[in-house]
Amino acid sequence: MNTVNNNALYTYVLGLADDALILGQRTAEWCSRGPFLEEDVALSNLTLDYIGRARMFYQYAAKIEGKGRTEDDLAYFRDEREFSNLIINELPNFDFGFAMVRQYLLDVHACLYLPKMMLSSDQHLAQIAAKAIKESRYHLKRSETWVLQLGLGTEESQSRLQSAIDELWGYTPELFIMSESEAELAKSGVAVARDSLHASWTAQVSAHLSAASLTIPEQDWQVVGGRTGEHSEHLGHLLSEMQILQRSYPNLEW
Amino acid sequence: MKNNNDLYEVFLRSIRGIDHRHVGSLHADTPEQALTYARDVYTRRSEGVSIWVVKSTAITASQEEDVENFYDPMDDKPYRHASFYVLPDEVDNM
Repeated sequence: MNTVNNNALYTYVLGLADDALILGQRTAEWCSRGPFLEEDVALSNLTLDYIGRARMFYQYAAKIEGKGRTEDDLAYFRDEREFSNLIINELPNFDFGFAMVRQYLLDVHACLYLPKMMLSSDQHLAQIAAKAIKESRYHLKRSETWVLQLGLGTEESQSRLQSAIDELWGYTPELFIMSESEAELAKSGVAVARDSLHASWTAQVSAHLSAASLTIPEQDWQVVGGRTGEHSEHLGHLLSEMQILQRSYPNLEW
Repeated sequence: MKNNNDLYEVFLRSIRGIDHRHVGSLHADTPEQALTYARDVYTRRSEGVSIWVVKSTAITASQEEDVENFYDPMDDKPYRHASFYVLPDEVDNM
């Protein structure tokens, strides 16, 4: 497929890689801080799934770019403005309920997005999606159970979940906004048209949230810009922690 | 979230055709959650093809003080054992 614009493909794959890495890094913060041992192990497994996914996308992005950069260069030696993850991934965990609601919203999205990506005309992307969908279906099973359990739990767990949804909701429109490169690649069947997933996502999420006695807020604000490098104040802190070792001792191996 | 969640015993079948084997226990709030934790805690390196979880309270166990009257009477009756048959090599897992 020589008609595919290499720059657009690189930008597209890098965005998917950044989404996976940043959420993986956020989830890693639970390690040793989970509410109890079993959940701690489960969250660390979740982290490893995302880091594995990020690696597949970064390796492919590096190959497309063809400038000799590696997956590590892309992860550790780019600055905040060069990261193109969607903002919802970089928000701090705040509390366990917030992290689980975020995970749930993203899992529903992944379970709609990845099956489409499996049909991509780009074989490499289709194969990554085929691997990732199995993980995401499992993640969803876990996160939707937590939403139900905490939503129907105590007064406090319900109110914490509700405030998480109120806070997160304004970051969800970005999940369905097509970037320039996506719009171009979608025409040739390489990229998933994420804007087409909005209706089914909303239907599925609304049904589950109301079953968990949670309500979707009236939306009067939204935050977008992650794909073009405009981030919240939280990403810089995350990156400094994640990158410090490679920045201090470049090419350190262990 | 309640902190006093239940204890579950975890049984794994490692390959098809073999019995489920007890591998350990874990805490969870519901049987479904116990199943996902069992997957995360005990099977991440492809150890299983099937998982059972059972609430630990559902298990009725023999007690140490029963040993004498439960098992000792078998000791002097070798004819109860199938040890006089030679097993063909093909029969595994007995």
